[in-house]
Amino acid sequence: MNNIWELNKYGSSLALIGESGEHITYNELESEGEALAQAVGRRCLAFILCKNEIGSVIGYTGFLNNGIVPAMLNSHLDKDLLNNLIEKYKPDYIWAPAEEHAEFPDMEIKYASHEYILLETGYKAEYALNEKLALLLTTSGSTGSPKFVRQSYVNILNNAESIVEYLQLSSSERPITTLPMNYTYGLSIINSHLLVGATLLLTEKTLMQKEFWTFFKEENATSFGGVPYTYEMLDKLRFYRMKLPSLRSMTQAGGKLLPELQEKFAVFAKEKGIKFFVMYGQCEATARMGYLPPDKATEKKGSMGIPIPGGKFRIIDDKDTEIRSPYIAGELVYEGPNVTLGYAECGEDLIKGDENSGILFTGDMAQFDEDGFYYIVGRKKRFLKIYGNRVNLDEMDQMIKAEFSVDVATTGTDDHLYIITTSSEYSDAIRDFVIAKTKLNPAAFKTIVIDSIPHNESGKVLYNELKKYYQETMS
Amino acid sequence: MTNIEKYNNAFMESFEISAEDLPGLKYQDIDTWDSVGHMTLIAALEEAFDIMMDTDDIIDLSSYEKGQEILSKEEYGVEF
Repeated sequence: MNNIWELNKYGSSLALIGESGEHITYNELESEGEALAQAVGRRCLAFILCKNEIGSVIGYTGFLNNGIVPAMLNSHLDKDLLNNLIEKYKPDYIWAPAEEHAEFPDMEIKYASHEYILLETGYKAEYALNEKLALLLTTSGSTGSPKFVRQSYVNILNNAESIVEYLQLSSSERPITTLPMNYTYGLSIINSHLLVGATLLLTEKTLMQKEFWTFFKEENATSFGGVPYTYEMLDKLRFYRMKLPSLRSMTQAGGKLLPELQEKFAVFAKEKGIKFFVMYGQCEATARMGYLPPDKATEKKGSMGIPIPGGKFRIIDDKDTEIRSPYIAGELVYEGPNVTLGYAECGEDLIKGDENSGILFTGDMAQFDEDGFYYIVGRKKRFLKIYGNRVNLDEMDQMIKAEFSVDVATTGTDDHLYIITTSSEYSDAIRDFVIAKTKLNPAAFKTIVIDSIPHNESGKVLYNELKKYYQETMS
Repeated sequence: MTNIEKYNNAFMESFEISAEDLPGLKYQDIDTWDSVGHMTLIAALEEAFDIMMDTDDIIDLSSYEKGQEILSKEEYGVEF
């Protein structure tokens, strides 16, 4: 059974290279995946505690190609949050890094390969799985919300094919990992490159480590992806001066890059003959929805581009009427075969079918120009992107209130979240709590204590009036 | 403030840790010293000593001790 990839097609070509030089071919990726799937023995739910390592990818492709439904989680996920998810979804198995066994002393190891182990949880198919369901991904990756996006086999294959088409990927590509594989953007890079028989360079090292760049150069990486913060780091590293002759393309997604930085990278890429793709997407659309062709990167600064092959954009006003004139902002709606089935918030939801019918209301406010290029101008829903991770501010407010019983409102701009509270007593504890829950670097979080949080007559927080407090601290 | 005090403060403020955590501290030993924290640290060191660090030195600064070694180099001239 091949649900997504025909791995054998690429035979003895190298599929994966790990950071210490270990590697496996496409044939081995196929046979390793099958052996793992046989150890599982049936279609069921399994958690993968992901790392950018060979074992992790074997689990992912082995499960997906053999009808086992993985939920992708970061191997560094807070243990309490992980245990909550296990109780809520009752997966039959967990595919985890071998060193994690100590965390699950009661679970038996059923199979092991490439420093990963298959743990039997003791649950046996507690929840029925819809036949279309291929994969579960979290939307935020961090707050430990039990909400998953349900992706189908058709979604994944379709989106990967579109990406292959617009990025013009071939088997000679060697992308290096810069994003976690449980993150939709990181995963889409794996999905699309395995489809064309390329070689993935897998590393847990970050851009801020010498080992990353040594691996990059020794293995001749041809591309990488990055969220806005990645590009800020590259800018800081004076990336423009690095000698990387193997580099062919760079992609950017996971939030809007500052237009000046977008231009800086676009100009640099043009001079060096590297393709620079600004892209747009969401987990709810599998991964990608839009991309800016590299030859327009400087001309259309600040734009996220045009719909991917097979997709369509439209903008609607608050009465759901389509806006057909340029430069008028409304909610961006996407239509395409990569729009996912819907959400799951508990095990019972895994039987649900397609609730979206190929249409996604993105929650992003956008407009297009006279040439049909789209620009994101704001958000309808209250969330921020912190280092590329979606953090839902309303959920955050509720979590803090439930824990501390104080008046609080979180707000801010991407990569800068402000916790505004009237409680000077708990302000530090609240910040610690938010950091622990999101598992994101504390540099993104600041607390401001004020006398009272402005509410309207019906008790809703007036977030616009909170802007003045954090704008003061930013300047 | 002495140079070692400035150096220690950059670490303590960037990673929200105290002085006793510093000896032997390495990249990714603590949650706060990830790639984001590293950027914060570099910015703090550059400001504290009024220097501009080279790319190779930024990615080589993998521990508390290594940082002192790097800043002691001729081009930065920080004496501890």
